Amino acid sequence: MSHIKARGLSIDFPLYHLGARSLKKRLLASARVRLRRDEAAHEMNAHTTDRVTRRVGGEVVEDAAHRVVVSALRDLTFEIRKGERVGLVGHNGAGKTTLLRTLAGVFEPVGGFLEVSGEVGSLIDATAGLDVESTGRENIRLAGLFRGLDAAGIARLEEEAGSFSGLAEFLDVPIKGYSSGMQLRLAFALMTASSPNIILMDEWFLAGDTAFMEKAEARLTALVGGADIVVLASHDMAVIRRWCDRAIWLEAGRIRADGPVEEVLAARDAAS
Amino acid sequence: MYRVDADQPRRLSTALADIRQGTASWRLAWELARLDLKNRYRGSVLGPFWITLSTLVMLVGLGFLYARLFNLPLTDYLPHLAVSLVVWQVLSTAFVEGCGTMTTNAGIIRQMRLPFSLHVLRAVLRSLIVAAHSLPLLALVFLALWRAPSAEAPQALFGLVLIAVNMASAALFLGMVCARFRDVTQIVASLMQFAFFVTPIIWKPQLLGDQAVWLPLNPFYAILETVRGPLIAGGADAAVWVAAVLYTAGFAALAVAFFARFRGRLAFWV
Repeated sequence: MSHIKARGLSIDFPLYHLGARSLKKRLLASARVRLRRDEAAHEMNAHTTDRVTRRVGGEVVEDAAHRVVVSALRDLTFEIRKGERVGLVGHNGAGKTTLLRTLAGVFEPVGGFLEVSGEVGSLIDATAGLDVESTGRENIRLAGLFRGLDAAGIARLEEEAGSFSGLAEFLDVPIKGYSSGMQLRLAFALMTASSPNIILMDEWFLAGDTAFMEKAEARLTALVGGADIVVLASHDMAVIRRWCDRAIWLEAGRIRADGPVEEVLAARDAAS
Repeated sequence: MYRVDADQPRRLSTALADIRQGTASWRLAWELARLDLKNRYRGSVLGPFWITLSTLVMLVGLGFLYARLFNLPLTDYLPHLAVSLVVWQVLSTAFVEGCGTMTTNAGIIRQMRLPFSLHVLRAVLRSLIVAAHSLPLLALVFLALWRAPSAEAPQALFGLVLIAVNMASAALFLGMVCARFRDVTQIVASLMQFAFFVTPIIWKPQLLGDQAVWLPLNPFYAILETVRGPLIAGGADAAVWVAAVLYTAGFAALAVAFFARFRGRLAFWV
């Protein structure tokens, strides 16, 4: 039985490689103010009035070890049951993709509890996992191996993904010679060739050309229809309305609203 | 099913489970290692045999020159140099490339949940395949000098096992440290260059005279000697074996402990 349970889930994203020392200096001046405001907002326990929470991204703070960290997700508690289609909405940097990666088991939470039951298929990043030096056919094989398919399964995947992507003779060309559209076709074909219980999607898949998207539509519908749970992050409210029946509105790493799509979107419109 | 509770991290059992799963998917690691090499040498005529060829050039050049400089007979010096160079190449590649174990797989690490030890196994297998390309060179040297390896040669297999374990530790430990601190990659590269000169590779231990007893303090020497000794010098000293086993076990313990402690942070580091 597929389900996702999160209790008090928190993710801190350390900023390591961008000169934390100089950044630290810059932050020390403003961090105190930001933190105090945030606490004030928290105490009010409502997200109605202030402008503070409308900022882009999570809180940038210093942790106990004096590292500069973005607290990307803070104290998320939710449960997703079988059959639910959840849309994640929010500004850039609100934590949508981080939450998807956390659900995929990539980022380990620093606080809280997370349980994901069911086979996860992550369609988070189109080209990650593709090896640009290898040919399309080798990449299909690789994707099959990563999923633990046997020889027959890989042959099937090659057949299916090869014909769906319509790459024909380009399948034997290294991917770095592909146009971005061709890469997307292959990535889409590969990622949609399996039928996982839980699908985690970022909005990249909407980026194809029109002719391909028409073809992709049917496949995507079948994929989503066959899955127990879908979690989809998007900026496009038409997409959210179309594919989802529940929406989670993230802001600065916190859940601001969670409920039926129309209610959440209405609250969001009212707030802006 | 994936469950994680930040209040009860159970780090060691998670790390050990990771290593178990990674080892179980050796077929995948093998395929990935082969693909790595195929891509690295795509369009190259000789492929990995380029390494063999460059070792051969070095062997011939250094062999004649240093046999003369050290005043050693060529038949004595050349087998020493050949075995040392080949083994050193394996060790040095394992350490230098080990720094990239995790960062080169950043894309896949941030995409799906896979055992990290899979990437380690992939790196070790890749290095072993490359190393295998140098074996004909050793055979060539023994043939050219018409000299058989010593009777203790099978003991070198234990030495190879020690080397393989060290390769895995290097790929795991350095792969993680270098993902967190990018400077370490440069440090390792210069340290390996330094180690090349202070380890008896182009020079022979005998040249140190009485001071040679201190050599097992150099981990690279101890590990090198477990292969070189059995192959050409009729076995290695007991002190060398003890030192090599201790170094290997210590390094492996350090790597696993570090992995257990920081496994959860690795996805943020790459």
